[in-house]
Amino acid sequence: MTSERTTASLPKARTGIDGFDDVTFGGLPAGRPSLVCGSAGCGKTLFATTFLVNGATLFDEPGVFMSFEERAEDLAANVASLGYDLNGLVETGKIAVDHVKVERSEIEETGEYDLEGLFIRLGYAVDTIKAKRVVLDTIETLFAGLSDAAVLRSELRRLFAWLKDRGLTAIITGERGEGQLTRQGLEEYVSDCVVLLDNRVEDQITTRRLRIVKYRGSAHGTNEYPFLIDEQGISVLPVTAADLSYDVSNEVVSTGVESLDAMFGPGGLFQGASVLISGSAGTGKTTISSHTIDAACTRGERCMSFVFEESGEQICRNARSVGLDLHRHVDTGLLRFEAARPSLYGLEMHLARMHRDIEQFRPSVVVIDPISALRGPEVELQATLLRMVDMLKARGITAVFTSLRTDGAFGQSGDLGLSSLMDVWIKLQDIEANGERSRTLYVIKARGMSHSNQVREFQMSSAGLKLVDAYIGPAGVLTGTARIVQEAQEEAAALRRRQDSERRKRDVVRRRLSIERQIAELRASLETAEEEETLLLDEDVARETLLSSERTDIARRRSAAE
Amino acid sequence: MSTGGAEGPDPAEYQLRLFIAGTSPRSQRTIENLRRICRQHLADRHNLVIVDIYQQPELAEADQVVAAPTLLKLTPEPLRRIIGDLSDEARVLRGLGIFPPLGGGDDPRI
Repeated sequence: MTSERTTASLPKARTGIDGFDDVTFGGLPAGRPSLVCGSAGCGKTLFATTFLVNGATLFDEPGVFMSFEERAEDLAANVASLGYDLNGLVETGKIAVDHVKVERSEIEETGEYDLEGLFIRLGYAVDTIKAKRVVLDTIETLFAGLSDAAVLRSELRRLFAWLKDRGLTAIITGERGEGQLTRQGLEEYVSDCVVLLDNRVEDQITTRRLRIVKYRGSAHGTNEYPFLIDEQGISVLPVTAADLSYDVSNEVVSTGVESLDAMFGPGGLFQGASVLISGSAGTGKTTISSHTIDAACTRGERCMSFVFEESGEQICRNARSVGLDLHRHVDTGLLRFEAARPSLYGLEMHLARMHRDIEQFRPSVVVIDPISALRGPEVELQATLLRMVDMLKARGITAVFTSLRTDGAFGQSGDLGLSSLMDVWIKLQDIEANGERSRTLYVIKARGMSHSNQVREFQMSSAGLKLVDAYIGPAGVLTGTARIVQEAQEEAAALRRRQDSERRKRDVVRRRLSIERQIAELRASLETAEEEETLLLDEDVARETLLSSERTDIARRRSAAE
Repeated sequence: MSTGGAEGPDPAEYQLRLFIAGTSPRSQRTIENLRRICRQHLADRHNLVIVDIYQQPELAEADQVVAAPTLLKLTPEPLRRIIGDLSDEARVLRGLGIFPPLGGGDDPRI
């Protein structure tokens, strides 16, 4: 809302310089002169030329370049390195270049004069190509050629007023002076917009910075913004957005390692998450990130890898040893490696470069390997990394950072203050025991998802990465051979236990059988006893019967005798 | 605009070009000053061209004119640019490479 209102009240002329138009919410004030100042070699002329060339080629606003220092040929040669065809633009009437030469030794001042000649030349050039933009580079040179400073000052004032009257968007460059922005205090005359360029050397590394000192009638970013000049022109890096309002995604993407995905509740990482893989040397950080790259490219997503310690070729070759063919992704254009020595630029420059490359390539996965290679003053480093993470998050890019820790400890110094910025932190650790080293992995945190709290041992082979559950028991965490030995021991014990129980089972059966046998025997002897008893009883009955019959017989006989 | 003297048969020794901006009092004064100096010091030895840069702006660029008025001495070498209204005669002469005769009392201010 506000920016819309500002734009409405103050028309702006876009410079077409990446980032600058964002910082100024639209560009330089249209129809007014702006001052671009800075010390020698900080890119003033290039900035101004870019403004003109972009005006002529992108916004259909022809421009006049009035050079007080360089000849037209030199100027054309200098900007040819950025891919600008100044001569071609001059031929097609898009740009006019006028070299104003003021040679002190040729000049004799003999009374009153003004700079009408300059006005007329400028006016003529502007009318000829119907220019909307003007660059005066570096007008202060006049002070070296002409001695009447009072006249020059009043004439410059008149010139700037003239530019304004004609509605020309102008850049006036000025060399930085002692205690003021320009040697001749031009900032007093050009009051609408002042841009300061700076080229600072810290620890033998140069960083270009840009600051908008003032911008009358418009909001603007007030920080010092790093900017970059290379074969692709100037780009300014608008740094941290003040708020943390990015869109978040609920989509889940694979890390490329199946068993690692399984450690996260949703079966992978959230798209746009920042992942830190930290570990000491040789723990497999790059290998894991290579898997992530491969998975992303296989899904058809673009992937960009910023590598600071190896070349892209080397990473491709190394990935082949774990069965990954990254080369084919490079060939199809889905994968781009950007390799640079960390010491090549300052931190800001690295950031600016990444920013630009990411803007151009628009990857959905970015790998920075290793982030710990970036060195600098601690405060600056942290700020840079913060902005890096911020930049990636704002674009919804899944970012994988690897970080080398020099010791195995959980030290604060090892994580560069990064851990709190990261959504996911995977820690790799070497465990040294029994004369061998094995790699273990655990997930320290994973924002917004449940994750396994277990240590996994991971193995690299030509078939890829594989996570194995590490042995966790009363004796501690065992990995490698120790884990295998322990597992074998457990297996043996289990076998023994199994055998024991089978033997016990057999015993029981045997005892049961023998008891049953005893029971049968007893039952048999019981039967025998019963039979005997019956027999005896029968005999008794028979004897009783016999006795009674005998008695009857006797009685009968006795009675017969009586 | 127009030419000054240069009546001699052989090419004039002094080739001069005066750039003025319109017909302002300053332009008038400059032309008068130059005419007088030429009359006194370069009688038949010069060829003067006067250019109004309002009329012929392209010449201003071609001859690297910045200030107005500017008197350009093309020959003899070296090239000189004499800027201002030419009221400081001694400096004009120095710029033209002419040194007034010693004790020259014939150039009092008018």
